[in-house]
Amino acid sequence: MTAAASIRNPTWRSRSVLPGFGLSLGFTIFYLSAIVLVPLAALILRPWSIGWSGFWAVITDTRVLAALKLSFGGAAIAALINTVTGPIVAWVLVRYRFPGKRLLDALIDLPFALPTAVAGIALSTLYSPQGWIGEPLSHLGLKVAYTQLGVIVALTFIGLPFVVRTIQPVLGDLSREPEEAAATLGATRLQTLWRVVLPSVTPALVTGATLAFARAVGEYGSVIFIAGNLPGISEIAPLLIVIKLEQFDYAGAAAIGVVMLAASFVVILALNLLQSWAGPKR
Amino acid sequence: MKHWRSPTSDHPLTRLVFMLIAVSVVATFLVLPLATVFSEALSKGFSVAWTAVDEPDARAAIRLTLMVAAIAVPLNAAFGLAASWAIAKFDFRGKQFLTTLIDLPFSISPVVSGVIYVLIFGLQGWLGSTLRDWGFKVIFALPGIVLATMFVTFPFVARELIPLMTDQGRDEEEAATSLGASGFQTFLRVTLPNIKWGLLYGVLLCNARAMGEFGAVSVVSGHIRGLTDTMPLHVEVLYNEYQYVGAFAVASILALLAILTLVFKSLLEWHFADEIAATHRH
Repeated sequence: MTAAASIRNPTWRSRSVLPGFGLSLGFTIFYLSAIVLVPLAALILRPWSIGWSGFWAVITDTRVLAALKLSFGGAAIAALINTVTGPIVAWVLVRYRFPGKRLLDALIDLPFALPTAVAGIALSTLYSPQGWIGEPLSHLGLKVAYTQLGVIVALTFIGLPFVVRTIQPVLGDLSREPEEAAATLGATRLQTLWRVVLPSVTPALVTGATLAFARAVGEYGSVIFIAGNLPGISEIAPLLIVIKLEQFDYAGAAAIGVVMLAASFVVILALNLLQSWAGPKR
Repeated sequence: MKHWRSPTSDHPLTRLVFMLIAVSVVATFLVLPLATVFSEALSKGFSVAWTAVDEPDARAAIRLTLMVAAIAVPLNAAFGLAASWAIAKFDFRGKQFLTTLIDLPFSISPVVSGVIYVLIFGLQGWLGSTLRDWGFKVIFALPGIVLATMFVTFPFVARELIPLMTDQGRDEEEAATSLGASGFQTFLRVTLPNIKWGLLYGVLLCNARAMGEFGAVSVVSGHIRGLTDTMPLHVEVLYNEYQYVGAFAVASILALLAILTLVFKSLLEWHFADEIAATHRH
């Protein structure tokens, strides 16, 4: 079959001389369904056993609303913090030369590699009133551990590599000519950074911040130790799911889970739109 | 102006400020938490820390963690190979959608990833009573822990291999096939040597997450000491019992694993950059 014919081929796949299509795709779809799709269907179907009104009652309960607000709000604030610090860290890693740069670069991925429970107890100890950072802060009257601030610290920790790693390659590929042009046209260096460099990494920055936000909304392990988990104040939504599950309130747990799942889908959708907006830059 | 400065390099003061910000972000969010883990573990001396690790419950937790990773990682690696073979070497409709579905577990809260299996296999779940009649336990037992771990580490190998194999194209495989190699020979002698470093990279990240997963496993494990507690869960139990040295001692093993993962990851990135899919990832 010629190439032209294979393009016009009306079947759902074009022909190939390579073997193993049926086997590999079959296994892929079977495994994907068994591990991911069917269990997710169980989650989506479960809350309706208590009906729409039951579902609505669960998610509009003040304790649940407070938890959802903290998870989403905390994730948003943490993503914003990383939107400021992330580009600076990425810029330093891409443009500056200094001893220990590779070490610094490798360390950025720590939040991906360090188990969340370990990060959780470490951050909690570090920012507690007796900790290395918590102690000096407590003299300033600032309490981090066991407050909402603690939640934000943990979520900032978890989100940092998403922002840095998304911008870093874009900064690395950036041509220096526009910067030179800006300089010849009389812009100061800071003006160039702000008005030439920053706009060219904005799509990557937004993508990175969205990824960090998505991860932070559902984050559990690194948060529960530092949060203090006061109902209605420093209790995050994933923890509330666990609590409901422990009380055998499966439908209630699933209801909150569905809300969080819906949020994940919105984020995936937003990311896909973003990527088409950012175009081939990625 | 005393010395000439390239128009694309920053003013020394800007440099200093950016470096300070980057270093303090990395120090407060990454280095200090890591240092806290080891310092707390060794706060009463090495022998006390060692006793906490060399105790039956801790050893059972280590064994369980190794066993779970030994099942989940190879299965996900096999899935990753099958999925990337189907997606990278063939053209078919719905490819993009399939790739999105494979990435799905990354954007789902770890807690939700555990809940979905409780909803199916838990006592009040879809299959709960049937399984109980058969005397087969999934939730609060090894199978549940393995399933939850498989879910959260599901995309790691696939998302590394799909872009890599897509970039490599299919010419070499087509040549091998037309020269009479069987499908299995082609895969073993042509494809595998091309992707071995990428595969290792994916397996490395998959393993780190599998051994460190907390949220999803915590939901399905039931926290039966010495039986269904993995290392991260054991850390939580000890920490909540105020056995800080023990908690941080077990956490140090996980932290060492994370450091080892970062070292190998960096080595792979430096030496085989071309044989690993794009360096921007999370």
